[in-house]
Amino acid sequence: MSVLVDDDTRVVVQGITGGEGKFHAEQMMEYGTNVVAGAVPGKGGQEAAGVPVYDTVHEAVEEENADTSVIFVPPAFAGDAIFESLDSGLDLAVAITEGIPTQDMARVNKRLSETDTRLIGPNCPGLITPGEAKLGILPGNIFAEGNVGLVSRSGTLTYQVVDSLTNRGIGQTTAIGIGGDPIIGTDFVDALELFENDPDTDAIVMCGEIGGEDEEEAAAYIDEHVDTPVAGFIAGRTAPPGKRMGHAGAIVSGSGTGTAESKINALNDAGVPVGDTPEEVADHIEEFLG
Amino acid sequence: MKLHEYQAKQVFADAGIPTPASQLASDVDGVVTAAEEIGYPVAVKAQVQVGGRGKAGGIKLVEDEDEAREAADSILGMDLKGYRVDRVLVEEAVDFTNELYVGITMDRGEGKPVAMVSTRGGVNIEEVAEEDPDAIAREHVDPSFGMHPYQARKAVYDAGVGRSVARDVSNVLMTLYELWESRDGADAEINPLMVTSDDEVIAADAVMNIDEDALFRQPELAEMEEEAAGGDELEQKADEYDFDYVRLEGNVGIIGNGAGLVMTTLDLVDHYGGEPANFLDVGGGAKAQRISNALDMVFSDDNVDSVVFNIFGGITRGDEVARGINEALEQFDDIPKPVVVRLAGTNWEEGMEILNEDLVTVEQTLEDAVQRAVEYAGEVNDQ
Repeated sequence: MSVLVDDDTRVVVQGITGGEGKFHAEQMMEYGTNVVAGAVPGKGGQEAAGVPVYDTVHEAVEEENADTSVIFVPPAFAGDAIFESLDSGLDLAVAITEGIPTQDMARVNKRLSETDTRLIGPNCPGLITPGEAKLGILPGNIFAEGNVGLVSRSGTLTYQVVDSLTNRGIGQTTAIGIGGDPIIGTDFVDALELFENDPDTDAIVMCGEIGGEDEEEAAAYIDEHVDTPVAGFIAGRTAPPGKRMGHAGAIVSGSGTGTAESKINALNDAGVPVGDTPEEVADHIEEFLG
Repeated sequence: MKLHEYQAKQVFADAGIPTPASQLASDVDGVVTAAEEIGYPVAVKAQVQVGGRGKAGGIKLVEDEDEAREAADSILGMDLKGYRVDRVLVEEAVDFTNELYVGITMDRGEGKPVAMVSTRGGVNIEEVAEEDPDAIAREHVDPSFGMHPYQARKAVYDAGVGRSVARDVSNVLMTLYELWESRDGADAEINPLMVTSDDEVIAADAVMNIDEDALFRQPELAEMEEEAAGGDELEQKADEYDFDYVRLEGNVGIIGNGAGLVMTTLDLVDHYGGEPANFLDVGGGAKAQRISNALDMVFSDDNVDSVVFNIFGGITRGDEVARGINEALEQFDDIPKPVVVRLAGTNWEEGMEILNEDLVTVEQTLEDAVQRAVEYAGEVNDQ
């Protein structure tokens, strides 16, 4: 079992004729993902990575029954590409693109609340159900089938923690990289809810980082609604306040949240042990699973 | 990207927000000439990108030529929290009765822009936000419609701004929002927005942070970036190489891919008793040249005694990383500082075959790599 993605997922790759789009479409297919089409304006009628390319996502939905998109579109056009996914009625859109202007994402976020499509990302590695399908750029070989759900704001940190788990023989139901941008689609709380409701997920890893308040909100949610044991990791204990954490941002909420300390405290208070190192996270998961 | 005060003021003034008369100067005579043209009293304000300039002696109010010379002399060339002051803004001193705060930013929790107004301007507004959050009125804006005038009025009245200036302050807030939106602002703030005895409002300071990811569609502001850059030499170099880089106090240089993983590497250096010298994220999909540039960066920091290279490839490929490390190191007869490399993920095996192991120390796990780098840095310290 898994959440969000399995071997029935029918994927359209937006931007499949670009370097990254083509390479990762092939990698996804090699892993077993059911990539059924590409969508690139002006390239309709061509073929890329062995699948037909359409000018619009709508066509890919009509012709190939695509239900999920993976977006490898350059940042200037990626906001529009996400809008197109939402407008095409897909179940799931996964935006890999890094560097989408924040105001574009604010508009996407507004539209998202009016549709039934779920967005993962942007600026994320995607998600994977080991042994079934991967959507995005995650290196498939480090994952293993199993019973741990993982959700992370950081791509490479996901790999690091998964590596620690897999090396001990602990596999994953699904691993979701939600992205570290200020405005993202699916957040920790959404992912935790999915894992909590998945009968095959017996433990959850949640990897956060400094900035924002998503981890504090997740901690409150875990306290109220999650029975599955959760272990956490927070990156950035020693980092100075990031340059992007601008001045006015702190005024919105007052300061005192968004630091590693406040996140770790909030998680501990919700009964979530937080590892000092990725290996310690794996130790906690090992204990949970007995 | 943060604009200098004089740049932000120009942007605000061009949009119709009242600002005091001002001129930029870079030497003492220039300051005096500007002050005479504007008319005493004037404020002499250091143009560097740090907060708390006033308290640090970077802003002085002067009444006559002698004071202007004295202030220019002490401010120009001074070191303000690590930044050398090369330019000052000479500005009309506004006689005010009240100081307000107005600002626009993105509320990441809500995923929406938020306009903020407070009658407690002229002070550290973050402290106000913490001690008395209700002293700041907040109005969220639907990003697909923009701010309605009624919302600006509502924020202004909610904040308790006096009726005599409420309309003008609302207009400033509307203009500020429109600027923030059209210029892809991250933050746009005026603190203080001064109210004069004649009930005029005037922006005595101006802060504008631009979303770096949107600079491609803000060519005029991107040009200002050249001017806005400055400060730490290494950080300038990082800008040229386009790295996310932060200089720190320690002596273990840290290079990795992805902010979360690099932060984790910093945390582990600390965990194992070392001190990070920097945060350097090469980003996703780095090619050999970029890897080589990263090593060049970290080697240029005299504080660095050892370097740990931590790559977990997804979109980044281990073979490219290994080539970059070889390129950077093969140009030295003696490698200036010991380099520990940990490669994992995409193409790590190819990378290990390519990597010249005579030049670096290879470790398989993150923990081992960090411990080794800390050990090397300690050994150098002991010598």
